[in-house]
Amino acid sequence: MKLLVCVTQTPETTANISFNADNTEFNTTGVNFIMNPYDEWYALVRALELKEAQGGSVTIINVGPATNDTVIRKGLAIGADDAVRINAEPKSSMFVAKQISEYAKQGNFDMVISGKESIDYNGASVAAMIAEYLDLPFISFGTKMEVNENIAIINRDIEGGEEVVEVATPFVLSAAKGMAEQRIPNMRGIMMAKRKPLNIIEPVAFDDPVAVVGYTLPSAKSAVKMVDPEDMDELVRLLHEEAKII
Amino acid sequence: MVLVYAESPKGQFKKSAFEAVTYGKMVADVMGKSCAAIVIGNAENAGQLGKYGASKVIQANGTFEDFDSQVFSTVIANVAKEIGAEVVIVNHSSSGKSLLGRLAVKLDAGSVSGVNSVPTIDGSFKVKKNVFSGKAIAEFEVKTSIKVLSLIGNSFPPAESGVDVSVDSTDATAPTARVTVKTIQTVEGTVPLPEAELVVSAGRGMKGPENWGIIEELATVVGATTACSRPVADIGWRPHHEHVGQTGVAIRPNLYFAIGISGAIQHLAGVNSSKVIVVINKDPEAPFFKAADYGICADLFDVVPKLTEAFKKFNAAQ
Ligand SMILES: Cc1cc2nc3c(=O)[nH]c(=O)nc-3n(C[C@H](O)[C@H](O)[C@H](O)COP(=O)(O)OP(=O)(O)OC[C@H]3O[C@@H](n4cnc5c(N)ncnc54)[C@H](O)[C@@H]3O)c2cc1C
Ligand SMILES: Nc1ncnc2c1ncn2[C@@H]1O[C@H](COP(=O)(O)O)[C@@H](O)[C@H]1O
Repeated sequence: MKLLVCVTQTPETTANISFNADNTEFNTTGVNFIMNPYDEWYALVRALELKEAQGGSVTIINVGPATNDTVIRKGLAIGADDAVRINAEPKSSMFVAKQISEYAKQGNFDMVISGKESIDYNGASVAAMIAEYLDLPFISFGTKMEVNENIAIINRDIEGGEEVVEVATPFVLSAAKGMAEQRIPNMRGIMMAKRKPLNIIEPVAFDDPVAVVGYTLPSAKSAVKMVDPEDMDELVRLLHEEAKII
Repeated sequence: MVLVYAESPKGQFKKSAFEAVTYGKMVADVMGKSCAAIVIGNAENAGQLGKYGASKVIQANGTFEDFDSQVFSTVIANVAKEIGAEVVIVNHSSSGKSLLGRLAVKLDAGSVSGVNSVPTIDGSFKVKKNVFSGKAIAEFEVKTSIKVLSLIGNSFPPAESGVDVSVDSTDATAPTARVTVKTIQTVEGTVPLPEAELVVSAGRGMKGPENWGIIEELATVVGATTACSRPVADIGWRPHHEHVGQTGVAIRPNLYFAIGISGAIQHLAGVNSSKVIVVINKDPEAPFFKAADYGICADLFDVVPKLTEAFKKFNAAQ
């Protein structure tokens, strides 16, 4: 199996979110960046398990600047064989998808696996775009995958339940919780990662169809109103008359 | 023209379809255009979409038993081209999310997923969505002539605007699905979490799965869907699909009860867009109180049954 895993970098969950003076750019000062959890824990680890079971290779791909190399090396330390970084500032999902699919076209991959969504822009868009550029089937939010020869049986999350689908390779998959268990890189992996290839490729020309023009912070929540635990009628009254929610 | 894809799983529209058409009509009004809706496969009474503002419903006939993103996006894109749609709207649902990207590529369109506001169109087309798991709002400019948007649930309640509606059937041609659906399992009888308006959620403060009876009773009396924190799903006290938060389902109900949940940032990431949050926790320092509208500092085992009783009284008086 030749597997391509899309990996992006996101601010850590607990990061303080702030913007520059005119609120047009995210302020990265003091922000710790991590590998997007869905990509690291689920997409990458499931790909590694498949390779371990059936042979083949796992390639990591990222669209981003050189500052992303730390996160890419971590992916190599967890066990990917090699990595590709398309050297560009990712500003829209479609730009990212275009770059990844141009690379994937030449690689004859059996699967392209992404995370369910990035935890910064929460787009959940890139994988479907890659699938469309490559004219491949797309299975979103996979929580479990069994592979037999070239046939995959995949469980996927749907509203209030789950669907089980069957699909033949090649295809595009986005991975959600359940797909695999997080792996912590060990010392040997970290040492080996230094010698694994990380190829830098220049992007193909493509205009971003969308752009962020401004950010705002949500309006501050008013202070919590504490209700007497002995008076639940009062809580119900408040929900009905004040919050007008029931 | 604005084109809305109205989902009709098992031949029935859900509230989300009416929300999408309501939103489509609002977008169309801003643009001075009209709103059309497309229905794929069977749908009981497709004309009812007119109530929410669709002046034209296009019913695409064919064998569309199961959802497949390649098949459905082809059908929608073909209709969008035929009627010259400038904006195509889908729900930010499990199907909608797999359609948005495909439609964007097929239509050479810029897309914004999970929008929660009506676009502004003076000079350029701009629309907002929450980013950083609800910690900020970003405004996107879409520069292409066609735009694809997915609407996040519970942003715009279905509103009747009542226009004259025509329903046209067309025979849709689409590629054969390359994904075969083998089974579909959904919880029956309750509203799925992503669509629920009222949610009762509980965490590790419950001490064990055997104690969930009081949560289920409260949920039944309130008419709410149950949810849980991640550790509770991880140790198997509750089913995986109830897990809300950053790694689980993101929800935005009108009312969220957080019972015996500490309020870790990763939990808040999935629930902080709820309109009203009620926190029940015995620890006055629990971080969740900072994100709450109403707080009760007490032992949940005392307070939840009392709350259920109060709701029963309220229901009886209504
Ligand atoms: C990358 C990452 C992603 C994560 N994603 C998620 C996610 O998606 N969703 C999620 O929920 N978590 C997530 N977590 C875990 C999160 O950080 C917290 O550990 C988790 O939310 C805590 O769950 P809890 O509040 O149920 O348990 P605890 O933190 O143990 O809190 C239990 C609470 O119950 C209260 N309590 C105890 N007994 C009683 C009683 N008798 N009456 C009243 N109150 C009582 C306590 O005061 C306490 O506040 C994630 C963590 C990481 C690192
Ligand atoms: N810049 C990027 N480089 C590589 N993969 C990416 C990039 N951005 C997003 N992805 C992949 O696409 C998935 C969904 O991202 P998004 O559509 O932005 O929510 C992520 O989980 C990644 O697997």
